[in-house]
Amino acid sequence: MNNPRTLYQKHIDSHTVCALDDQGHVLLYIDRQVANEYTSPQAFSGLREAGRQVWRPSATLAVVDHVNPTAPIRIATMPDAGGARQVSYFQENCRDFGIELFDILDKRQGIEHVVAPEQGFILPGMVVAAGDSHTTTYGALGAFGFGIGTSEIEHLLASQTLVYKRLKSMRVSVNGSLGAGVTSKDIIMALIEKIGASGATGYAIEFAGPAINDLSVEARMTICNMAVEAGARGAFMAPDDKVFAYLRSKPRAPQNEMWEQAVARWRGLHSDEGALFDSEVTLDVGALEPMVTWGTSPDQVAPVGSHVPDPATQPDLILRQGMQRALDYMGLEPGMPLCDVMISHAFIGSCTNARIEDLRDVARVVRGKRVAAHVRAMIVPGSTLVRNQAEEEGLAQIFLDAGFEWRQSGCSMCLAMNDDVLAPGDRCASSTNRNFEGRQGAGARTHLMSPAMVAAAAITGHLTDVRSFALEA
Amino acid sequence: MQPFTLVTGSAAPLLASNIDTDVIMPKQFLKGIDRKGLDRGLFFDLRFLESGEPNPQFILNQPAWNDAAFLVVGPNFGCGSSREHAVWGLKQVGIRALIGTSFAGIFYDNCQRNGVLAIQVSEAQLRQIAAVISNAQTAKINVNLPEQIIELADGAVIHFEIDQLRKQSLLLGLDAIGTTLQRAEEIRSFESRYLAENPWL
Repeated sequence: MNNPRTLYQKHIDSHTVCALDDQGHVLLYIDRQVANEYTSPQAFSGLREAGRQVWRPSATLAVVDHVNPTAPIRIATMPDAGGARQVSYFQENCRDFGIELFDILDKRQGIEHVVAPEQGFILPGMVVAAGDSHTTTYGALGAFGFGIGTSEIEHLLASQTLVYKRLKSMRVSVNGSLGAGVTSKDIIMALIEKIGASGATGYAIEFAGPAINDLSVEARMTICNMAVEAGARGAFMAPDDKVFAYLRSKPRAPQNEMWEQAVARWRGLHSDEGALFDSEVTLDVGALEPMVTWGTSPDQVAPVGSHVPDPATQPDLILRQGMQRALDYMGLEPGMPLCDVMISHAFIGSCTNARIEDLRDVARVVRGKRVAAHVRAMIVPGSTLVRNQAEEEGLAQIFLDAGFEWRQSGCSMCLAMNDDVLAPGDRCASSTNRNFEGRQGAGARTHLMSPAMVAAAAITGHLTDVRSFALEA
Repeated sequence: MQPFTLVTGSAAPLLASNIDTDVIMPKQFLKGIDRKGLDRGLFFDLRFLESGEPNPQFILNQPAWNDAAFLVVGPNFGCGSSREHAVWGLKQVGIRALIGTSFAGIFYDNCQRNGVLAIQVSEAQLRQIAAVISNAQTAKINVNLPEQIIELADGAVIHFEIDQLRKQSLLLGLDAIGTTLQRAEEIRSFESRYLAENPWL
């Protein structure tokens, strides 16, 4: 009899080319890579300098997403010299090495982690690596995805493998059922609050439990996406019928008999009964409230109905100093009700929360209402296909009528590498993943929350419990 | 890659927790297609005032630490974005090793790939090191990778652990891709068997 194995062990075992030592290092075969224009250039240059080829060009999909503008009218040229150079070199690299590229005017263009699932490029059982930390998103499909740096991109392009050290395993069991107005974003923010920004460093997380089973595949993506903000190198979930239904109609999903064969195999992708995890965490979400961040680390987060915490109550010196520094940067006073925090910007976008279901959530909140006069509110759909679908469903008109900017797709103000940048002192309710100092612009302040919560804040002009809105079904 | 054996230099304390790669290398320095010029961007918002002058408060702008070869850092250093630009920038200002209690996973691997040694020590050891190197007179340390020790100016010697695989690669400055491609036949035979077993891939 074999020992019971976790889902993570199964993925690593099935992708191990060979062991490299007895300390857990293996040469790991990678099924798929997604490449972008900003973390890949030096990797391609490395291949050119060494005269190396790409091992398996069809395993990589290239998407322009980080530096492109999101202005409502799309043009092929980048407005700044740096971005233009990166996109042009990306085009050249994809052409020379035979890699498929979704360029800026392609109707499938969008944020890489929104595009790859919607194309069916990522399938259950895969191991996926990409030059972006939010590659963990693919865990929602039962694929193990993780971010890598540029040197590793080069290694992967050249060999289809990575020198990899096995992680420890953590199971996060999420119990209870979510109340109205509470979303998967609130689940992952609550987990990060509970275990901290490095609580899962060195671990692969497997999410399980009834609250996860209840979620849609897109909602699960939000959880796996942000697990990296707790330090997890990868985070995933056993694929179920919802995942198979999601993938069935995707352009690159297996067809006919091949589909049946694949699904039969995918049904075995779960942790065996009795498999041991290095760490177990339980989260009950029955009483969970919508969450908002108040600081500059994703673990500085609290229920929207609560107050800005007081550093004086924190016994640990380093944590206390961190809290004080965060409050100084954020311009907040201890004890202030979070709902009193006024905003200047509202941003709905990013690989965390800009899929069609997120936009439907926003539309339910803002239909027939107006964005507060002092707020600039932007919606940047996760992909061009999402944008088109939102227009077909009439969502875009709801957003425009409410006073939102309805923009083209890209990473945009999540990391502000393009021209969507906040000014010092701006304060943004944001559906993104990082509230770091300067993330959305030097001196700018970010409050992370769910898309519905951003929508509510955009309308009232301050942080707001979305449950105070009468939501349509 | 430059091998790492025995390095001597001053060590600068940067002890806040969760210093992320956006802070280490802000977005405006990510628009290149090569690795050049990242020394300028390193810790840009901390190192420079709005006027563009160096911020005298920032540790790397102070005389004892402005040629630091080491950073002694708080927990979860390098969290956030995968941008390797952060490590390239550290290298370009002359940082050869980082000493901390925990590093974010992607950042840790990026250090390794660039010959920057990331040393994990216990909280007590970190406090001990920080106390000594925070004094300008005793900021210099030796990091000896073959012996796996850090020698402080007060004579204390601190032993650290490191995977042998990582250690060898740093000591020899190995080209990781070249090493892996020596196994090209093994990869190829794995791949053909794997794709035959999973024909939908």
